Amino acid sequence: MGFDGRDLPVIDPPTPLPPPFKLSADRWFFLALSLLSGTYVLLLLAMIGADFFYTTPGHLWRALGSPEIRYAIKLSLLSCSLTTLLSLWVAVPLGYLMSRRRFPGRALLDALLDIPIVLPPLVIGLSLLILFQTPPLRALERFFPVTYAIPSIILAQFMVACAFAVRTLRTTFDELNPRQEQVALTLGCNRSQAFWRVILPSARRGILSAATLAWARSLGEFGPILVFSGATRMKTEVLPTTVFLELSVGNLEAAVAVSLLMVGAAVGVLLLIRYCGRPDLTPPSPSLR
Amino acid sequence: MITLHQVTLGAGSFVLRDVSLEIPAGSHTVLMGRTGSGKTTLLEGICGLRPVQSGTIRIGSVDVTRLPPGQRGIGFVPQDGALFDSLTVRQQLSFALDLRAWSAERQATRVQTLAAWLGLSPLLDRYPQGLSGGERQRVALGRALSFQPTVLCLDEPLSALDDDTRLEVCAILKEIRDRTGITLLHITHNRFEADRLADRILFLRDGHIEHLTPNS
Repeated sequence: MGFDGRDLPVIDPPTPLPPPFKLSADRWFFLALSLLSGTYVLLLLAMIGADFFYTTPGHLWRALGSPEIRYAIKLSLLSCSLTTLLSLWVAVPLGYLMSRRRFPGRALLDALLDIPIVLPPLVIGLSLLILFQTPPLRALERFFPVTYAIPSIILAQFMVACAFAVRTLRTTFDELNPRQEQVALTLGCNRSQAFWRVILPSARRGILSAATLAWARSLGEFGPILVFSGATRMKTEVLPTTVFLELSVGNLEAAVAVSLLMVGAAVGVLLLIRYCGRPDLTPPSPSLR
Repeated sequence: MITLHQVTLGAGSFVLRDVSLEIPAGSHTVLMGRTGSGKTTLLEGICGLRPVQSGTIRIGSVDVTRLPPGQRGIGFVPQDGALFDSLTVRQQLSFALDLRAWSAERQATRVQTLAAWLGLSPLLDRYPQGLSGGERQRVALGRALSFQPTVLCLDEPLSALDDDTRLEVCAILKEIRDRTGITLLHITHNRFEADRLADRILFLRDGHIEHLTPNS
């Protein structure tokens, strides 16, 4: 029957429901998925397990006692922390601008910011090396040595870590409700006050995630450092350099021990990232009430 | 009184041209219209959140067309309340007062008054994540009213609420108008809500304002 009371021809009659799927079909589907996923997880665990079983507490202790490795640990911790601070210093404003402002060339800048993520690490190192061969930067190096010195490590780590921090923070700012900022403006804030009082505190979890990601990326950075900073013991030696140097002289035990230290640091960082995103730290949806 | 004279403003490719209207001081004016008709764009223009391409907007005798949002004396309540995630209810209510450098005692007194009025006293130390939909909207209303604005702009403030909570917030809106004499401009899709609250209903159709009679 139509809205006006006239009979309408039936053109789309209901069809009976198909017979329900057997439960076993679902079980096979999930079993296949689990098998495929399990292969990778197993390989991952086996890889870390192999490192653990290859080394002994004695190897680890000896590695920690070596002055070269202790220097590499100290330099890694220092350079990664400085790189993280520098990355946040740049990534917070850049992520916010990319998320909130529309300007000519934005799409191009967006693509440019991904270059350090997709570029082969060695190429980043080589590009930095060539950049510091240009006359203005060579002049700078007369007063402030960068290439093959500690600042080059921080710069090489920064080029990659910052790109990851920008990505993380841009997503964070994208997910923040822009209405909050608008309400802050109507309440009397200028843009800067709205940013400092409303946006930045709301983005704190994203900032912490970006910091931990930048730190972890810096810790594992090797290619650009090898090219731009060299691999000089007790000078430009960070933990990945130690693994490389120990391997190159056939000291597999020390290389594995240092690798395990890095695995431990990576797991620690991952746990911290997970902790930042814990449900009890994340605002629950109001609809759950 | 809010006066718009031949205001043109746009949002992306959408442009609202030469809109003129008058909203009497102390009235509760409801703005209706189909989705995409430009109601929110117009409200954002009045609040200063969207630049006006041409025309003038006056609040009372003051031309606010080029004034920043914070200097227009307009309280704004968006659809979802948009409470600040990192601030307690107390901090939300004193946010605008702190910006205006009110003394701590004066802020505390104002917060207590608003909280008692809007039934927020037991919630003052809670964060928005722990509030129900109705509580969130009451906090958003309190925050918008805290600095005693002359105009309150509401963008579908009741649309996400259940029926009981909607009636509760409707009663609060009526009380706000009766107690403060504030000018309310309120966007809604709900004719029942409009009839219940408004003394003027405007309908935005194809960029033109039509006047409807409440309760008709």
